[in-house]
Amino acid sequence: MNATVGKPLTQLQFGLTAASVSVAVLPHLLRMPWLFAVPIVLVLLGRCQQRLRGGMPIPAWIKLPLVVIFPIMIIFHFGTIFGRAPGSVLACAMLVLKLVETEKRRDARAAVCFSSFVLMSALLFDSGLGFTLVLVAALCVFLAALREVEGESAHNRTWKTALRDDLRGGAVALAAGTPLALCVFLFFPRLGSPLWGAPGDSSARTGLSDSMAPGTMQDLLTDDTPAFRVTFNDARPPRSELYWRGPVLWEFDGTTWTRPEYRASLSRTTELKAIGAPLSYEVTLEPTHRRWLLALDVPLSSPAGAARGADMSMVNRLPIDNVLRYDATSSSHYVFEPQLSAEHRRLALQLPADFNPRARELATRWREEFHDNGRIVRAALDLFHKDFFYTLQAPLLARDTVDDFLFGTKSGFCEHFASAFTFLMRAAGLPARVVTGYQGGYYNSAGDYWVIRQSDAHAWSEVWLDGRGWVRVDPTSAVAPQRVQLGARAAAGESAAWYQSDWLLAVRNQLDLVNRFWNSTVVQFSALRQQGLLTPFGVNKAEYSDLMAVLIGVSTLLMALFAWSVLRAPRVAHDTLDAAYARLCLKLARAGAPRQPAEGPMALAARIGALWPQHELTGLLAAYGTLRYAFAKPPAGEVLAFARAAASLRLPSVQPDALSSATQ
Amino acid sequence: MLEYAEARLPALTRLKRPESLPILLNRYRIYVLPTRFGLLYSAVLIVMLLGALNYNNNPALLLTCLLGAASYQSVFQAFRMLNRLEMHALRAEPCHAGDPLRVSLYWRTNNRNRRSLRLQADGRETVFDLAHDGAVTVEFTAPQRGWRKLERLRLSSEYPFGLFHVWSWLNPEFAALVYPLPEANPPPLPRAGAANVARTVRMSGDELASLREYRPEDPQRNIAWKASARHDELLVKEFELRRSQEIVLDYSMLHGLAHEARISRLARWVYEAEIAQQPYSLHLPQRQIGPALGAEHRHACLRELALLP
Repeated sequence: MNATVGKPLTQLQFGLTAASVSVAVLPHLLRMPWLFAVPIVLVLLGRCQQRLRGGMPIPAWIKLPLVVIFPIMIIFHFGTIFGRAPGSVLACAMLVLKLVETEKRRDARAAVCFSSFVLMSALLFDSGLGFTLVLVAALCVFLAALREVEGESAHNRTWKTALRDDLRGGAVALAAGTPLALCVFLFFPRLGSPLWGAPGDSSARTGLSDSMAPGTMQDLLTDDTPAFRVTFNDARPPRSELYWRGPVLWEFDGTTWTRPEYRASLSRTTELKAIGAPLSYEVTLEPTHRRWLLALDVPLSSPAGAARGADMSMVNRLPIDNVLRYDATSSSHYVFEPQLSAEHRRLALQLPADFNPRARELATRWREEFHDNGRIVRAALDLFHKDFFYTLQAPLLARDTVDDFLFGTKSGFCEHFASAFTFLMRAAGLPARVVTGYQGGYYNSAGDYWVIRQSDAHAWSEVWLDGRGWVRVDPTSAVAPQRVQLGARAAAGESAAWYQSDWLLAVRNQLDLVNRFWNSTVVQFSALRQQGLLTPFGVNKAEYSDLMAVLIGVSTLLMALFAWSVLRAPRVAHDTLDAAYARLCLKLARAGAPRQPAEGPMALAARIGALWPQHELTGLLAAYGTLRYAFAKPPAGEVLAFARAAASLRLPSVQPDALSSATQ
Repeated sequence: MLEYAEARLPALTRLKRPESLPILLNRYRIYVLPTRFGLLYSAVLIVMLLGALNYNNNPALLLTCLLGAASYQSVFQAFRMLNRLEMHALRAEPCHAGDPLRVSLYWRTNNRNRRSLRLQADGRETVFDLAHDGAVTVEFTAPQRGWRKLERLRLSSEYPFGLFHVWSWLNPEFAALVYPLPEANPPPLPRAGAANVARTVRMSGDELASLREYRPEDPQRNIAWKASARHDELLVKEFELRRSQEIVLDYSMLHGLAHEARISRLARWVYEAEIAQQPYSLHLPQRQIGPALGAEHRHACLRELALLP
């Protein structure tokens, strides 16, 4: 049946297939270990080079070892071939090897088919708007490749026009498919629970962690991806009050602050009295694969599915693997745990015995000197204010981190200050703890919301004072007030990479509106929201059957529209000459001298020419006769001239009796 | 029932009955099925869909939907490759039995670019594009002399993506004439006028053929005086010299040869007589042709030979 199937591919066909494979592999290469990325790129490039130079098919003694080596390498490196990371590497490797053996149309099609699967799996790692758009554009390449593989018989075209034609065809097909795709996307029933294990990838975690050692936050502070977005329901507080509370760290082992393991005492509700009207707002949290929820200091309640600890940090029941949206209320003015429990006091004063002797000494001196807790806090802040400075490029610290920081380097960023301050307070006998979270954010006026990026990550301290409860003290603001007022970037004040320049960040902050829209409409479109889709039509909770019915109905309608546009009778090819003549005859009829049904232009001219003597009408009719019958294809210029003359012709109307007399 | 089927799906019943030209392909006679690649592609799309749903990844689902919708709407494009395509004429080059018969099929595209059409005829596939009205030439086998009827033609397309196979059957009412195969090494032409003297009436060499106007160099004895008297000018008698080199190709003279071998030899002699530029006549059991010379005569003779029982 298929004489053409066995034919070897042309260069353009192979080129487009190779382009499809490259496009599919590229998004994976960026997050692949070098061990695999380099050989995959080498094989891909080598094969393209060899084939486009007109090389022979690759012999089996080269192909077979490659097929065996890649899986062995993967098992050696990852320990398994299952899971997202090893799976994607394996898929990319096999796809590239498929290209190595691609010689015929069947191979090319299989390669493109598998490419689309590999491309789609890239979205499991990153589902941002920009990335998705790039991948959608890549679909054009696939469709172009399929088109070229099928319709190569047009050999009289140059490869450039052929390529342009193919790409345009792919784009048109995508555009034509969009309505149907949206319909399926909206109404295809979502799974309530996954069919097989959802991804649990520990390496991909981003955002705050539940421990803090010097330098752990550095990666976060240079990461510009959004962490979460907040919409305030009514008034929005000033920027300097935007402390987003995350994990609270109590335990210190000399270098690292950690959050205590789950304890009954910590989960006990503590006394919290809000002063003034609470702020209510909505948070949209990007996936972190951890369980922290962020809330404005201090949250008054916890959203459904999450628990609020005694230290007012909120923990979700499940890791946040998808974008999560929740409502929260907070109060900026509060009295928090005015009576400190013995357990909390013990935890908040705990210090490792043999670390940082100089800092301890300093704190003991303050204790003896001031007696008043408030003055001790002020002394510490004064110390920071005097001769410390804020920098993101903090030098590394020795074993006694606090000592080295306080008396040695004297420069660092929020976590250094928070750590040192909390240490000093505890050493001076004040219950204190470290709070991590985010501070500030960027207000997007167009969308009336705040976007908080990972680079807004922050750490501060809470000190328990008699009669006032826990009080937030931000030692960083003593050193660099602009950190709190303007943000981490302003405080750093150092040269950033070109792509982090201020104007670019401002543009990105504005464009974040689009990302937020993408998140809220597409990424977060869940089974729950799908159920509410039909509410305007009176179906309150759409079941699977309802959705399926709508899906089938709407897609049938769309297909019917398509079919109608294909099947409807084509418009009759419009002939300019005849159209102009028809208008001319209409004009004659209006003037009172209609053309008889069986009358040609000459006969018509002979009959009614006498009505308008010396008029150009006779000439026009003769011209029509000539143009119509003297040429196989009348020259376009003369046809146009005739049409113009016919259109501009003015005919004075005649009396009916004049016509009849002329006819006789 | 059969009438209803005939009315709705003429192609079903036309499988047996040839139809007259022009043949316009329309939705009643165009069939669509997914190709094997189309099925594989669907399977991959389903896996992608399940993956996207399982990981609750909406962008991936959207991507899958886009790819699926874009590929499946290609069924309409594939259908349009055949829809309203019209075969309006067929022309066959004369050929000899055993040689390939080249048939040109003339198409009207009705203003649509037709890409990657495949015509399956006689076990062979021809791939062609039609950017505008035009013809495509297909070779058929012609093993026997006589009328060669075309079998059903299958016109199909898988454009643009190779996911759907769209096809239609064409069964045009057409037969091409296949000349007999000339004998490869024949004996020389029979000598002119030798064998068949007895059977033909001996004719005088100068037979009156016609009258024409007098020209100064004409000899006086040729003037037709009686006829000239009735007209105002002199008329001259024209005599045709009966050429004696006329060759008679006689079926009955070829004793000792089988029927087909005789036909084959006569066919060869027709060609040789044409090459030698000698008038010839063909005598067959049922009829006689000629004597004459030229392409028309040759065709008439070969045709008679081809159509002998």
